[in-house]
Amino acid sequence: MITISDVCKSYGQFQVLSHCTTSVAKGEVVVVCGPSGSGKSTLIKTVNGLEPIDSGDIVIDGVSVSAKDTNLSMLRSRVGMVFQHFELFPHLSIIQNLMLAQVKVLKRSKPDARKKGMALLERVGLTAHAQKFPGQLSGGQQQRVAIARALAMDPVAMLFDEPTSALDPEMINEVLDVMVQLAREGMTMMVVTHEMGFARKVANRVIFMDRGEIVEDADKDAFFGQPRSERAQQFLSKILVH
Amino acid sequence: MLSGFDLQAVINALPYLFLTGMSFTLTLTLFATLGGIVFGTLLALMRLSRYRALSYVAAGYVNLLRSLPLVLVIFWFYFLMPYLGQWVTGASRPMRIDPFWSSVITFTLFEACYFCEIIRSGIQSLPKGQTMASHALGLTGSQSMLYVVLPQALRNMLPLMLTQTIILFQDTSLVYVLSITDFLGATAKIAQRDGRLLEMYIFAALVYFVISLFASHAVRRLQRRVAIIR
Repeated sequence: MITISDVCKSYGQFQVLSHCTTSVAKGEVVVVCGPSGSGKSTLIKTVNGLEPIDSGDIVIDGVSVSAKDTNLSMLRSRVGMVFQHFELFPHLSIIQNLMLAQVKVLKRSKPDARKKGMALLERVGLTAHAQKFPGQLSGGQQQRVAIARALAMDPVAMLFDEPTSALDPEMINEVLDVMVQLAREGMTMMVVTHEMGFARKVANRVIFMDRGEIVEDADKDAFFGQPRSERAQQFLSKILVH
Repeated sequence: MLSGFDLQAVINALPYLFLTGMSFTLTLTLFATLGGIVFGTLLALMRLSRYRALSYVAAGYVNLLRSLPLVLVIFWFYFLMPYLGQWVTGASRPMRIDPFWSSVITFTLFEACYFCEIIRSGIQSLPKGQTMASHALGLTGSQSMLYVVLPQALRNMLPLMLTQTIILFQDTSLVYVLSITDFLGATAKIAQRDGRLLEMYIFAALVYFVISLFASHAVRRLQRRVAIIR
């Protein structure tokens, strides 16, 4: 579904991504972890072209992200993305947030888009908030809306960029629950997160990044059992102690 | 000094001052504000454009007009536009341009520079994540500008734009140099006709003061109402 081959990217002298190669198969859940500044957020943003790459190639469902003749907007509309800071549109109500791209990009009729939006709100348990504005919702609720907004486009894959990092601890689970459910339904997912509990529960593979490199790319059990690289071992020992 | 203050002179002039003078001033303010916001938004988009040429043209225009005194621009347009019109249309004599439209165009072109800067900072102060999120949903650059960025930028900047409108309302009195009968022009005409300089100019100052004061209070109230909940 997603193939990342030999991707490099630098900001001036600083190399953010260095020869990254990996892939995500259809229905697979891949967790990307690593210390901050390791390039994991940049990597996931290159997947739908939000961050341009210097060299290498990324192919989603047979379409190259970096090819000049690719309709990037069309490609992005098929890949859902959830951000650390939710990024709901504050001037639109919750249901309008879910409808905007359906109507403008997929050219769905407003009643259809509304119906789809309401169905997804029900799925994330927020039907009652449809007419509210993002600022009136808690962080956890906003992130669930953001997931619903991405799902409204019927994506072939979902990207999550630290979806729980900006949340208060008591709200993390309500978001993770939605993601677990999504994973169990067979959604193809690439998730940048520090939530190792989530990784243990639903991930098929774990990618460990450090200094712009993919240091370890292993099955979940192999990764948590005995990571081969020393850096991954150190990282795990630091975050799993608590 | 105020012993000879003749209130009756002001009262007699009221219909003329307001029906002729103030209605001109308000209409001009309204047209120039709307025109200024539309043209200013366009300039702001040009300044922020990826295309260097567009951005330079807009920046040059804004910097040029902002470095010229408004009165000079008013003179220029009023006296040169007829010749410009003649040149463009190829007519045999200078085009006749209605003083009202000449002032509307002048003020639109001038105020657009200020609106441009306000709108530009409104766009730039929006979190980058908003554009990213709209792109991630598949909206194109112009769709995301139109449906996500501009609505928020304009709303955030509404108080500043209305404050600029109040300044514009006061600035319109400069059309007086073209002997146009705006509110100040009307006041001046009566003042000279009746020899009531003191009464008329005090009254004019009072009217400008009261209107501007009320308008800024209204802006402050509005500011609280339209603020986006965050």
